[in-house]
Amino acid sequence: MTNSAGLSELDNRELIAFRIGRQEFCINVMMVREIRGWAGATMLPRSPRYVKGVINLRGAVLPIVDLAVRLGLPGNEPTARNVIIVVQIGHQQIGLLVDAVSDILTANDAEIQTSPDLSSDLVKNFVKGLLPVEGRMISLIGLDNVLPAGELEAA
Amino acid sequence: MEDPMAEIRATFFQECDEQLAALEAGLLEMQSGTAEAETVNAVFRAVHSMKGGAGIFSLDALVRFAHKFETALDKVRSGELVATPSVVGVFLRAADVLSDVVHAAQEGGAVDEGRISALVAELEHISDPVSASENNLATPVAVVLEETGGAWDIVFAPRSEMYAKANEAALLLRELGRLGTMKVTLDSSKLPELSVLDPEGAYLSWKIALDAECDELTIRNVFEFVEDDCELTVSRSDLAGFAPGTVITGDNGFKFEFFAPMPEVEEEMQVEDVHVPENEHHEALPPKHTVVEAIAAKAESATTVSATIRVDLDRVDRMIDLVGELVINEAMLSQRVMEAGIARASGVAMALEELEHLTREIQDSVMAIRAQPVRSVFQRMPRLVREVAAQTGKQVRLVTEGEGTEVDKTVIERITDPLTHMIRNAIDHGLETPEKRVTAGKPEEGTVKLTALHRSGRIVLEVSDDGAGINRARVKQKAIENGVIAPDAQLTDDEIDNLIFLPGFSTASKISDISGRGVGMDVVRQSVQALGGRISISSRPGQGSTFTLSLPLTLAVLDGMVVSTRDHTLIIPLGAIVETLKPQMKDVFPLDHETNLLVLRGGYVPMVDVAASLGYCEDPIEPEQGVALLVEGEGGVRAVLLVDAIHGQRQVVIKSLEANYRAVPGIAAATVMGDGRVALILDVDAVVRNARGDSGRSEAAMVEAG
Repeated sequence: MTNSAGLSELDNRELIAFRIGRQEFCINVMMVREIRGWAGATMLPRSPRYVKGVINLRGAVLPIVDLAVRLGLPGNEPTARNVIIVVQIGHQQIGLLVDAVSDILTANDAEIQTSPDLSSDLVKNFVKGLLPVEGRMISLIGLDNVLPAGELEAA
Repeated sequence: MEDPMAEIRATFFQECDEQLAALEAGLLEMQSGTAEAETVNAVFRAVHSMKGGAGIFSLDALVRFAHKFETALDKVRSGELVATPSVVGVFLRAADVLSDVVHAAQEGGAVDEGRISALVAELEHISDPVSASENNLATPVAVVLEETGGAWDIVFAPRSEMYAKANEAALLLRELGRLGTMKVTLDSSKLPELSVLDPEGAYLSWKIALDAECDELTIRNVFEFVEDDCELTVSRSDLAGFAPGTVITGDNGFKFEFFAPMPEVEEEMQVEDVHVPENEHHEALPPKHTVVEAIAAKAESATTVSATIRVDLDRVDRMIDLVGELVINEAMLSQRVMEAGIARASGVAMALEELEHLTREIQDSVMAIRAQPVRSVFQRMPRLVREVAAQTGKQVRLVTEGEGTEVDKTVIERITDPLTHMIRNAIDHGLETPEKRVTAGKPEEGTVKLTALHRSGRIVLEVSDDGAGINRARVKQKAIENGVIAPDAQLTDDEIDNLIFLPGFSTASKISDISGRGVGMDVVRQSVQALGGRISISSRPGQGSTFTLSLPLTLAVLDGMVVSTRDHTLIIPLGAIVETLKPQMKDVFPLDHETNLLVLRGGYVPMVDVAASLGYCEDPIEPEQGVALLVEGEGGVRAVLLVDAIHGQRQVVIKSLEANYRAVPGIAAATVMGDGRVALILDVDAVVRNARGDSGRSEAAMVEAG
């Protein structure tokens, strides 16, 4: 697993910020392989609700995760205006369905604040820190838990 | 990576594998009597190159054994020793040991010294029966000692190429001088008049009398880098009894001309040499010209043979992926052009058609890169047969056919195990003991035949034996004992034969070392099915059995039926489909609230609504509105799959879902369709199993809940 997690790895890293609904999130730009428009996905049977299906990425089968649903936010049917951020997690590539990419930021450790200790699943599983930018709040998220890892078997 | 030699070493072992295969293939030709003059040379060369390479890496055990082997082969090559079946038998066993020694050297293991010395003794016996019988108790150690001492006669005649590559004869001679005391005589007899002298030519040769405590290899190693660019003869000067070319006993001065054949030189000519008993100068010279010509010819043939390159498999796979992508893009482009309403006869449409042809051709050629003849697998079988035959005390002849049949590399890699098992099985269970065979009026030696052929886009492998055939009474008895079938079950012969594919079924009354290792034909069947293949058996009592294995040519492409169910497009592997039909309401009978049975030629087959089974929708469609596909899953279990419509057959490129996601129950893999969208390939076995066990629906329900 590469630089997706801990804060310590993030001194002066570039981050890519994106919007889901009214919220803004960011991830390490080094994980991003490409950004593309939404195209119809093929639904996978017996998959969690946040897995939108699979699309063809130059011959590879790419699973699409509706990040809104994954983070527990209200999700909408995707339209042509939605964006897929293709990220590399370990040896796998997945597509994250978001509303729009908003910004590229540079931040160092000192600027990133720890998130308040809340019991919300979103915070526990994904939010690694909070980044205040020009009066906005951007949540830095880690992607380790985005794909269902063996959770199907456990259910 | 720190060791630059490691890579070269790896290449050496890779080449060793090829040489070993060539060696075995050649020996088998000699055994079957189809050998040509060149075969013996090829066999010799294989051993010789391995010995040479092993010398570089100081693999002494390998060098020693290869040397013994080579010496014996040289006798055959020179015509002194006739390659009788027993001699070739020794060679074959020596090749097995050589292969073990190579692998031991590669992996750092050790080979049973006893086996090696036993074969060394055998090889020595056949290569020199006289001295072997004279010094009856000559131990291998003694022979080695005799070999590594004393006086050598070396003739070193550089060709101009050697100088052209900036090699210096004087340095080589100095190097040679370090081995012991030597006396060098210059032979300048070929030096022409100054007026006709080619300043870049080579006219000088040297005769060296070396007195050194070393073996021939050490001497040859001095000349290792110029081997191909000079004529080199190394021979014993005074050990007539041990020298390889004992025909020549007379005039020492001409000895080098036809003594101790040089491995680098084309061999037909040396066979002739042996026939030249007179030591007259003009008799001995003509062959020299032949040598040069032959070498030239050999160099030529070498270039045609070595027109291959080693390519990393990943690169080929990457290319296959890209070409697959190209095919899809091309199809998408065609679709767009059609949508744009451009006339079929227009220039664009025609150019597009051209492009389509080209793309298909590129796809075929790229797939052909991965295709390999099954020879590499077949070549491993003779050894297996010899070993199993020795263990069972049976006499077996292996006949192979269709070694050149090509199939994808991944398939090749995965058929070895099933084939090995089938051949073991054929010898152990199929063939009778020699005594029984004689009683039955058959030749003592049993035959196992291995055939490969292409049949309707698949590769078919057959393993047949001329043994007793399947003992149906015993198989049935055993099946009843194991509770596989009911005691009163009425089975056809075919059904009984197929019982042996059931798990835990072994007909051997006592578990033997060879095939009774807890894995039976069911394992073979499973691994074959995992490859998308089928296995069947036909057997005739007293005449033998034939196992037929049918496999797809590649695991990268699949023939599928494109179907749609609700709004989803699915691919159903064509291999699983028995027939398609339009169900009539009068043939459908509800079993319970969710399972319907279809009457099909008098039998009841469960119906599975594919969309409902995959959880795409809650309520199944009315059978009458859909199309039914009769499919056969693992173990011949049948079911009828119900879909909305069938859109025809198509060859699809298989894409893994696991690479970026994970396995999905009910789905075997994915593919990309002409419109660029992903379509899923149905896992027929899983769907059929679900229909039977119905575990799938509860699983699906759990996912919904979680």
